[in-house]
Amino acid sequence: MQSIYKDAKYTEVPYEEKLSLFNEVKGDMRYSTELYGCYECGICVAACPSARFYDFSPRVFAQTMAREDVNSFYELLNDNVWDCSQCFSCTCCPRQNNPGGIITIMREVAVNNGLQSAKDALRAYSRIIYKVMTTGTQVSPDMLQPDFFPDWGPDVRDVSLNLDVWRRAIPPETLHTVELAWDVSEKTQLELYMIWKLTGNLEMIENVDEGLYMILEEVMEELLDEHGYDIDDFENILED
Amino acid sequence: MQSKNPIQLNVVNQNLKVKKAVDREFQLPKNPPTKDYRKELFALEAAGEIEIIRVPEPFVEVDTKYGRKKKIPIEHTWHHKSCGQCGHIPGYSTSIYWLNREFGLDYYDPRDQTSCTAWNYYASAASNPAAQAAIACRNFAQAKIDGYFPLIHCGTSYGHYKEVRAQLLHFPELREQVRKILDRLGLPFVFPEEIVHYSEWVHVMRHRIAEKQTRDFSKVTATVHPACHYHKLISEDAIYDRDLYDGQRTAIVTGVVEALGAKVADYSTFHDCCGFGFRHILVSRDFSRSFATIRKIERMKIEADPDVTITHDTGCVTTLDKSQFSTQAHNRKVGIPVISDAQFAALAMGAHPYLVCQLHWHGVDNVPLLELMGIDHEKAWKEFEEVADKLQQDPEAFLTWEDV
Ligand code: SF4
Ligand code: SF4
Repeated sequence: MQSIYKDAKYTEVPYEEKLSLFNEVKGDMRYSTELYGCYECGICVAACPSARFYDFSPRVFAQTMAREDVNSFYELLNDNVWDCSQCFSCTCCPRQNNPGGIITIMREVAVNNGLQSAKDALRAYSRIIYKVMTTGTQVSPDMLQPDFFPDWGPDVRDVSLNLDVWRRAIPPETLHTVELAWDVSEKTQLELYMIWKLTGNLEMIENVDEGLYMILEEVMEELLDEHGYDIDDFENILED
Repeated sequence: MQSKNPIQLNVVNQNLKVKKAVDREFQLPKNPPTKDYRKELFALEAAGEIEIIRVPEPFVEVDTKYGRKKKIPIEHTWHHKSCGQCGHIPGYSTSIYWLNREFGLDYYDPRDQTSCTAWNYYASAASNPAAQAAIACRNFAQAKIDGYFPLIHCGTSYGHYKEVRAQLLHFPELREQVRKILDRLGLPFVFPEEIVHYSEWVHVMRHRIAEKQTRDFSKVTATVHPACHYHKLISEDAIYDRDLYDGQRTAIVTGVVEALGAKVADYSTFHDCCGFGFRHILVSRDFSRSFATIRKIERMKIEADPDVTITHDTGCVTTLDKSQFSTQAHNRKVGIPVISDAQFAALAMGAHPYLVCQLHWHGVDNVPLLELMGIDHEKAWKEFEEVADKLQQDPEAFLTWEDV
């Protein structure tokens, strides 16, 4: 089956390679609960924010997967998949499909296989991954810098200028932090590192950003070591 | 040439009794389309697989989307904080705690809590279901150890944890993986009877909040934005009420705004997303800005011209508020302050707009709103500056609950 895209970008990629990734998506345990066929009614498209601003359609994802159109799948996997807002407005589907859920699985497959398109999509994002994996909180007050959020207006400048004092001027004790969203105990960070190791998350990062992987491994190894653990003892249990 | 038997375009048979849409009565499905997750959770507990953390008494029962009942605890709550709220809109979490304190309720603000990490997951996919479920269950195990019931501050954590619940119920292999991980961590495999969002707590407390109201909100017109991960992602947990929108839209947020005497104004894109997009708000903000302002804020402005828009999730407050600054340059119709239901409720009960609600972290000018609420914002800001000056002189000092 030829891709539905006249301007398909990945015609040179061997079919077997595309098929193997397609099968990985279909083989995910969640897949059976995300797609039950498609009426092509477009209700999901009407609800979809990304469809209003990009050349993007949840219906195309549902149709492509249901028709097992491996070539179009590969185009979507390398391009459109990163336009989705993951809002799950498309769960209004009368067929009980979850196109956003299919996209979650596709993105995971793209990351696991270190696709160049996934690397490109995540390049600007690595400092966020670093933050959440090392601290246990995803964003922090010190991220509010005018050069990172120039479009958010002068209040970002005011926050960043007064950051230390303004953080201490908040009553809950857990919020007097600058580099973390709240004060996470060391014990809890340690448990989080163990989870990342046991579920092969560091290997996932290695596939898309080796530099980030090395920094993460070092930070985690240090804390584990301080508490008498050897990082290599936490094997990936998902490989069993 | 005209056909002898033209096809009748008006196909409505006058003899058929067709009900007009306005006359139709909304009815709940006789049989809910989903299995009752509570029954499934208790069945797993009976089989010895997991332990269920019961909703503690006192609780209030509310109706959810398919007419089932959900228990919302009033106190003994373990506050599962939100990254974006604590990091970038700290008056949001502070207002939730302030309300609990004003009612003298027992709550716990843990340090042994991580993010649900779902913002990262929905943005980058750099994780997997086992890690996500293990992170959820680690937090729940800690809540159990601390002796409290988890109350989830973030709409995305709430949505994601419902998703984790659905996956744990559906896939025995996932339960097996999570069990192995928790065993290695030395933690029990527990799951709460209900995933409860703080805005559900605000909803069931709304009449008690109204009883303690010290500021008159009758001049305030508000629009409401419900969070996608609250009422779309695993929609059946969301609160619905036949007295609000005839039970056809979630009652969340609207219930408290009405109870506090403000006018709720409708607009045509109520159901639309805010445009947060997880990765978009951080690295592709052109999309978030456009969607938030063109599909949400501008529609509200044109159709309802509200004084404020009230929402109940981290990403929604951030996107709807911060997107408005730069779109002014494009002459879009913007300029609506955005705050959470918790901040709105706290302001109604007399909370300080800066020391408690921390409104200086918000982007859109909220001074006209404060004036409508009868708040002397100049005096309040002076009080905040005095506190800030004192803290500036003593790097070890910080504001305490007693101070506010
Ligand atoms: S709403 Fe469902 S059935 Fe309709 S086009 Fe979208 S995926 Fe297909
Ligand atoms: S989850 Fe993705 S595909 Fe579904 S409505 Fe949201 S943006 Fe569209």
